[in-house]
Amino acid sequence: MAEEDLSEMAKDVELHLKLDPPLSANNKPSRSFKTSSSSSPPPCDTSHVLENVLENVLKFLESRRDRNAVSLVCRSWYRVEAQTRSEVFIGNCYSLSPARLARRFTRVRSLFLKGKPRFADFNLMPPDWGARFAPWVAVTAKAYPWLEKVTLKRMFVTDDDLALLAASFPGFKELVLLCCEGFGTSGVAVVANKCRQLKVLDLIESEVTDDEVDWISCFPEGETHLESLSFDCVESPINFKALERLVVRSPFLKKLRTNRFVSLEELHRLMVRAPQLTSLGTGSFSSSTENAGQGEQEPDYASAFRACRSLVCLSGFRELAAEYLPAISPVCANLTSINFSYANISPDVFRPIIRNCHNVRVFWALDSICDEGLQAVAATCKELRELRIFPFDPSEDSEGPVSGLGLQAISEGCRKLESILYFCQRMTNVAVTAMSENCPQLTVFRLCIMGRHRPDHVTGKPMDDGFGAIVKNCKKLTRLAVSGLLTDKAFSLIGEYGKLIRTLSVAFAGDSDMGLRYILEGCPKLEKLEIRDSPFGDAGLRSGMHRYNDMRFVWMSSCRLSRGSCSDIARALPSVVVEVFGSDDDDVDVDEDNADYVEILYMYRSLDGPRKDAPKFVTIL
Amino acid sequence: MENVGVCDEFVNLKATELRLGLPGTEDGGEAEKQKISCGRSNKRALPETEKDIESTGKTETASPPKAQIVGWPPVRSYRKNNIQTKKNESEGQGMYVKVSMDGAPYLRKIDLTVYKQYSELMKSLENMFKFSVGEYFEREGYKGSDFVPTYEDKDGDWMLVGDVPWEMFVSSCKRLRIMKGSEAKGLGCSV
Repeated sequence: MAEEDLSEMAKDVELHLKLDPPLSANNKPSRSFKTSSSSSPPPCDTSHVLENVLENVLKFLESRRDRNAVSLVCRSWYRVEAQTRSEVFIGNCYSLSPARLARRFTRVRSLFLKGKPRFADFNLMPPDWGARFAPWVAVTAKAYPWLEKVTLKRMFVTDDDLALLAASFPGFKELVLLCCEGFGTSGVAVVANKCRQLKVLDLIESEVTDDEVDWISCFPEGETHLESLSFDCVESPINFKALERLVVRSPFLKKLRTNRFVSLEELHRLMVRAPQLTSLGTGSFSSSTENAGQGEQEPDYASAFRACRSLVCLSGFRELAAEYLPAISPVCANLTSINFSYANISPDVFRPIIRNCHNVRVFWALDSICDEGLQAVAATCKELRELRIFPFDPSEDSEGPVSGLGLQAISEGCRKLESILYFCQRMTNVAVTAMSENCPQLTVFRLCIMGRHRPDHVTGKPMDDGFGAIVKNCKKLTRLAVSGLLTDKAFSLIGEYGKLIRTLSVAFAGDSDMGLRYILEGCPKLEKLEIRDSPFGDAGLRSGMHRYNDMRFVWMSSCRLSRGSCSDIARALPSVVVEVFGSDDDDVDVDEDNADYVEILYMYRSLDGPRKDAPKFVTIL
Repeated sequence: MENVGVCDEFVNLKATELRLGLPGTEDGGEAEKQKISCGRSNKRALPETEKDIESTGKTETASPPKAQIVGWPPVRSYRKNNIQTKKNESEGQGMYVKVSMDGAPYLRKIDLTVYKQYSELMKSLENMFKFSVGEYFEREGYKGSDFVPTYEDKDGDWMLVGDVPWEMFVSSCKRLRIMKGSEAKGLGCSV
């Protein structure tokens, strides 16, 4: 059908159908579309034809935001969209029940589930809080036999869950576990063995218990479909010979991220057998002690790298022997992504390497490269989009080898920068302001000044002006993390200028409830708010009453909240689940004097009310 | 400018105080090489007032440990444990206990293992909660203040901080509570 015909038909629909807002399945504000013409219901065949047409049109829509918008048009569109959505993203696993998912979407091929809030990564939450994958795998096993892809972030996944997954989905192709825990190498083995169509098995920053199972050997014999295998977070030795054989029989393998138990010699053997790799996690990158001093000739590592003509992404270097780093030189000019963030590399070792990396777009490293190293990055990596600098010594009184100097240099050299995470001991407003002016494409700005309440180390003033400049000048900013000494003024600026901010992280900052108010009244797109150890109390929390239905979650720990006001919120907003708990799981007997004090508040909107799996230490108000 | 005998760390624990550096003072350079520390003296640190201005210079002395804050800096423990050459150092889990003070609307958590003796712990608590604890006498408990530091031990009994040897205290302390007023007197005076 010609495009013009389709649009004509669409117009007919608007005119003749009586359009109602759909059943609310998500918490977007409902809209009603009234038409000025006839409101009689359409004859059956027109709507069937229309739905077919719509189905074919909607197949092209992939973005979930677009699909959410489409589903709001009318009941018919809602239905068709639900039947054609194949990738479902659930940002908070407790925002709806698995049953509801299965009722609405009937043909899901890919599921992305996120569980615990991010602050759980920093031991702020007791273990066993929840976010179990079990109920989801149970329901999807029945509802979506053709499920192909599962991505989980911060979920609790057991070996049984993995076994059920492997047994339930004959066409299963991709498993990605990010920051998950609860399973071990035995669960991984079952997936490797039973998912015969497996293309992707990525275990990333997850805790994998060592069940002493040789899971690599569990992949079936014969050619595999493997395209990506990442196990750099698995802290147990693997059967290298089996890995080598696996690589040899995986002609489609493009991404291989080994763990630190793979030595440089072993890596060499893998590279020689898989020169088609595009992404390589290099394991330990040091020589295994058995070979040292044996008189055997060392493999030509540079030559192996040279042979990998498609290699664009390097990571690993878990126990880097610096003298071998130059071996990567042949591929430097092709690299678009480098992760050195587990390697203690000094500026002298670093500079000759980075000098050739003109195409790098994503760069992660430790602050051991110092301001000098950052200057070298700034001089060469003109295409840099994302930078993450982690602390080698993550404590408040460490030396702090990077500073405003490095930040400013990056801002001057890498004008296309979009995303930055920067840990440092001290910072100046001047440097932060410079970045705001030099890098207008910034969408993510996360600065962690590790010393709490630390002011500008040159002027002694709060960091208000620097962060203010960021929100003023970086007009595309969607994610912001603040630190250092900050007064309420900083928050008033964030509220005034941070109109696109969706995620905000605050720690040890602000003076009073006004700070929180500024944010809640000022940032209309705010979805995720995480705050710790800041003097925000009940008045501040109440000021956001009108926002919480439209936000994914709010986390506030060690602030000045009382149970009373949290209960008030819970009462006033039935679609928001308000969880209150302490940071220890033995907090059931509360101190009488502090019984009203809320140590951790975690609240989130939900379509299905309070969860049934909350542990004893969690109180749902 | 004289060092008023308080350490940078204690300043950091105040919620709203502004700190002014000396003109021309750099937080960088030499300060980097020095551990953050207290000017050690035998006098008790006075409760801070909002107007206190002190130098940001860090003095080079034997440093009492800083109160460790859970989850700060925000680096995932996987990363902390796996950075090269840090693997062999057994950093230990620390022994975090909650500290509450009567009348204060917040709790803190501290790591007991960073302290080596009671005086270090008391200094840290005094600065965390801005109070003064008086002097400890073996028989009479704490004198000279309304505040009395107590702890709950493994058996669930509330004891006076300081009564048992330090190591025993660290291994048996479950939580700390700084009592105030009449309740405190009762406990503080017992032997």
